[in-house]
Amino acid sequence: MISNKKLRELPLHLMLLPGVICVILFNYIPLLGIVMAFQKYIPNKGILHSKWIGLDNFKYILSMPNITGVLYNTVFIAVMKIVAGVVIPVLFALLLNEIRKEYFKRSVQTLIYFPYFLSWVILGGILIDILSPSTGIVNQFLGFFGIDPIYFLGNAKWFPFTLIISDTWKNFGYSTIIYLAALTNVDPSLYEAAIVDGANRWKQTLHVTIPGIVPIVTLMVVLSLGNVLNAGFEQVFNLYSPQVYSTGDIIDTLVYRIGLIDAQFSVGTAIGLFKSVISFGLIILSNKLAQKYAGYRVF
Amino acid sequence: MQNCDLKNRRSLSRSSRKTPRYSISRKIFIIFNYTILGFTSLICILPLIYVLSLSFSSSSAAAAGYVKFWPVDFTLASYKFVLSKPEFLQAFGVSLERVALGFVINILMSVLVAYPLSKETKDFKWRNVYAWFFITTMLFNGGLIPTYMTIKSFGLLDTIWALVLPGAVPVFNVILLMNFFRGLPHEIEEAAMIDGAGYFTSLCKIYIPLSKPALATISLFILVGHWNSWFDGLIFINSPRNYPLQSYLQTVIIGVDYSKVSSENFRNISEISDRTSKAAQVFLAALPILIVYPFLQKFFMKGLVMGSVKG
Repeated sequence: MISNKKLRELPLHLMLLPGVICVILFNYIPLLGIVMAFQKYIPNKGILHSKWIGLDNFKYILSMPNITGVLYNTVFIAVMKIVAGVVIPVLFALLLNEIRKEYFKRSVQTLIYFPYFLSWVILGGILIDILSPSTGIVNQFLGFFGIDPIYFLGNAKWFPFTLIISDTWKNFGYSTIIYLAALTNVDPSLYEAAIVDGANRWKQTLHVTIPGIVPIVTLMVVLSLGNVLNAGFEQVFNLYSPQVYSTGDIIDTLVYRIGLIDAQFSVGTAIGLFKSVISFGLIILSNKLAQKYAGYRVF
Repeated sequence: MQNCDLKNRRSLSRSSRKTPRYSISRKIFIIFNYTILGFTSLICILPLIYVLSLSFSSSSAAAAGYVKFWPVDFTLASYKFVLSKPEFLQAFGVSLERVALGFVINILMSVLVAYPLSKETKDFKWRNVYAWFFITTMLFNGGLIPTYMTIKSFGLLDTIWALVLPGAVPVFNVILLMNFFRGLPHEIEEAAMIDGAGYFTSLCKIYIPLSKPALATISLFILVGHWNSWFDGLIFINSPRNYPLQSYLQTVIIGVDYSKVSSENFRNISEISDRTSKAAQVFLAALPILIVYPFLQKFFMKGLVMGSVKG
């Protein structure tokens, strides 16, 4: 017999049912596909009949000549993006917080986080045009100062920095708003106390404002730890080309080329799995740290 | 209430920090501050203005590099050309269809999942089991290849369902909405339940009407998300005529994926690989975002505040 309480909960289960089905079909079933990483997967035979080869795919990956380069590129680009993505928004939030004219403050906010809402296809189209060495407006501008045209997207030396700068350009407005929100929540009585103690504006910033946002900055840094292997597939995919593979190829683009273009499904899956496992570990670690140092619980 | 409190605090902090006369160094700082902020804001918007002026310029002026931030030889030729291209219009149509269908599915799923998860474990014993079931999908996924194989084995390749079903439950939005639901007073629901209302009635008659700001916020996130997606279109759709706009633009503006282009399409691609028509297409694809941007901005802060409220 079904108890009264269970009957009462029934509508809640029913509400969840469609979502649960979708998640099983499109999130959990692909998880089963991970076994391909340990197989020599052949599409005609399917997962059930393909040959098991243990860790051979992983051995193959480690023997690939460009794998260390790709790993290095991924971590370098991702870490630089994380650093720039914290330092610059914090600086801008501090500067914006000093503005007293509301309309100016609001206009700046409106403009700086507009690029955040555009896709990397649109931004990629814009960047390819404005960064072109022959007709691009950026190189025309640099030409005024006698600087020779720079091939930002085609020169392996410049490419990673083009990625880092353009990513920061797209996203810093968004983070600035978060930090600015934290700044407006700093207790005003602290400023009053500081003024009584004779602190000038600079001292107030140093001893009241900055300590006031340290917790949220810590939190954001710790949480971004989970992104150390996410160098930004959508951006790199739209901006890179074979001549910058040496410094611009990242794990995700490698998975795409090996897995979908070359149709080496098992190898692609194995690289993807390698990335997922490390990222998963980092996310768990970052949440543990966030809980310990910032008293934050994500889940 | 909270908003009002915030305003009071802000004005308080401003008046208390106002210094009657600025010192020299302070004046220099203020000038420096306005300059750097103004300059940065310009940098964020100038590229788009440049593309806009390029799209209204003649091809020859653009090719010669005369165009700066104002159209040279003003012409609508690029727009006429782009809007007369059946591929562009078709892709635009597919995108609209995808946004509409994806929106309905995402909103329904968000509400239906967020509401049960907003209950306490004492009212809904399985709450934590379900919560972890959904959160796991944020932490770990099969990756690109297994996801592709799954969609393929379901026979969804080249259909619009491949674009809207895999992300049917937007977990981030669910968390946002769940936190909002938790913040609403329980007493209303309790009163309604004493009068005989069930969970479905309570959700439709109490929670949804009270959550309009939260729903508006996630609606905008969903609309922008679907409009901007391109990679799923690129891999799950085989025939270019079923491409949504952003995937189509990816192939014509960024890089041509030769494996998927037939020789007949090749000719079209070379025809439009001209700077001004590319600029016109980029601008047309950004236009819907520009239109909803004022609303985005309005609800954006609310979304941030909501997301930070922890139950």
